[in-house]
Amino acid sequence: MPARTVLQQADITRALTRISHEILESNRGPENLVVMGIPTRGVILAARIGAMLAEISGTVVPSGSLDVTMYRDDLGRNPTRVPSPTEVPPGGIDGKTVVLVDDVLYSGRTIRSALDALGAIGRPSIVRLATLVDRGHRELPIRPDFVGKNLPSATNERINVHLLEIDGDEFVTIEESEGGE
Amino acid sequence: MRHLLSTRDLSRDETITILDVAEDMADVAEREVRKVPALRGKTVVNLFFEDSTRTRISFEAAAKRLSADVINFSAKGSSVSKGESLKDTAQTLAAIGADAVVIRHGASGAPHVLANSGWIDAAIVNAGDGTHEHPTQALLDAFTIRRRLHGADSRGHDLDGVSVTIVGDILHSRVARSNAWLLTTLGASVTFVAPATLLPIGVENWPVEVRYDLDIALAAKPDVVMMLRIQGERMHAAFFPSAREYSRIWGLDDERLAVLAADSIVMHPGPMNRGLEISAAAADSPRSTVREQVANGVSIRMAVLYLTLSGEGGKQ
Repeated sequence: MPARTVLQQADITRALTRISHEILESNRGPENLVVMGIPTRGVILAARIGAMLAEISGTVVPSGSLDVTMYRDDLGRNPTRVPSPTEVPPGGIDGKTVVLVDDVLYSGRTIRSALDALGAIGRPSIVRLATLVDRGHRELPIRPDFVGKNLPSATNERINVHLLEIDGDEFVTIEESEGGE
Repeated sequence: MRHLLSTRDLSRDETITILDVAEDMADVAEREVRKVPALRGKTVVNLFFEDSTRTRISFEAAAKRLSADVINFSAKGSSVSKGESLKDTAQTLAAIGADAVVIRHGASGAPHVLANSGWIDAAIVNAGDGTHEHPTQALLDAFTIRRRLHGADSRGHDLDGVSVTIVGDILHSRVARSNAWLLTTLGASVTFVAPATLLPIGVENWPVEVRYDLDIALAAKPDVVMMLRIQGERMHAAFFPSAREYSRIWGLDDERLAVLAADSIVMHPGPMNRGLEISAAAADSPRSTVREQVANGVSIRMAVLYLTLSGEGGKQ
């Protein structure tokens, strides 16, 4: 089955803009906000949301990256994963409102690892979760606070997120995967 | 990576992966909680048949920061002194359920035997075997050089064009052997400087240049000068007339320190014989990376344990 495009570049930009407004609304302004992306594509999305928050509110909102590899619960079940760098913004995350950003929310296990990884860096006062695509099939009691697009999917389908900074083009597609997940 | 037995069979890409993962591990050491759960439930045995301070505590710290359980075994005070063979010791460790064995042994090739014998199905990490190899030391040396050259921007870099001069007891040095292979794989050029009696047979077939005069070698302004320890415990013959003569001809003293280029660095794998192969001023100067090497050793060993033990049952 061919891949079906569900979000174009303009849709992605609109979704991120809306998420940025929603973050500011729920936080009642840009105070104490830190945006942390989960590698690889979450980091790009976090940087974009950080820039949008700054543009909308006129205040600099720090963004960084949070590697969760060494906190995963499936390290022994998959080929060795090579970790990515974690970059904590200069102000740290203690007492801040941290918005975690990932491209696709699926089982929720990555986010569980991210919560553990966050705890090793500091103690945020609030943690929120933003995701570009929520495809369902949660395996843990985790829910997103800000969603770009709800995309009901079957477990044998793949969601591909392409972003300009990494892939050179930008869209979200859904396709049936051959071997299954 | 299944085992780490020698640097000779590491490719350039594999080496850079290990060094890059070590950068991530170094970040862990700077966090509020200096521990990650990556190897929870794994057992690492430090099997040391030879004395060691920094390598053993470095591996122990590395395993603990990855949440592995650590069993320390030293030959002294164990059944080895009652005559237990390596095979029986290995099978005992297998029965205990060791996932990785970090082995230091006086016999060259002992880790290789352990990895290929079928006595034990664990990841084997060579922590120094006889006069053969000491791969994690070479990796941490490469890591230290790369960090001095590129700072926080080290990820992905090799050592192309870096000149490294290794001075002293090459004959007995597993550090020199591991470094010769690893540093040249990364693109550095390696020069050995030693008295002819302390050079191994066949050194002309190694990918290194050999010199006998330290002053000529230093006049070429190498980027890195690595001093090796004179290994008294392995010197069963007279390799040089006296310690004093060695120190005058092949030691890094204050005058030779002054000849070095402003940004060149001085390395030593430790433990140092101050006043013999290296002067106190050289060991304590800002060029010296001796303490950085120890700190970086933990990051490198975390990377090696992580890469050998994570993944499907620790296997690939």
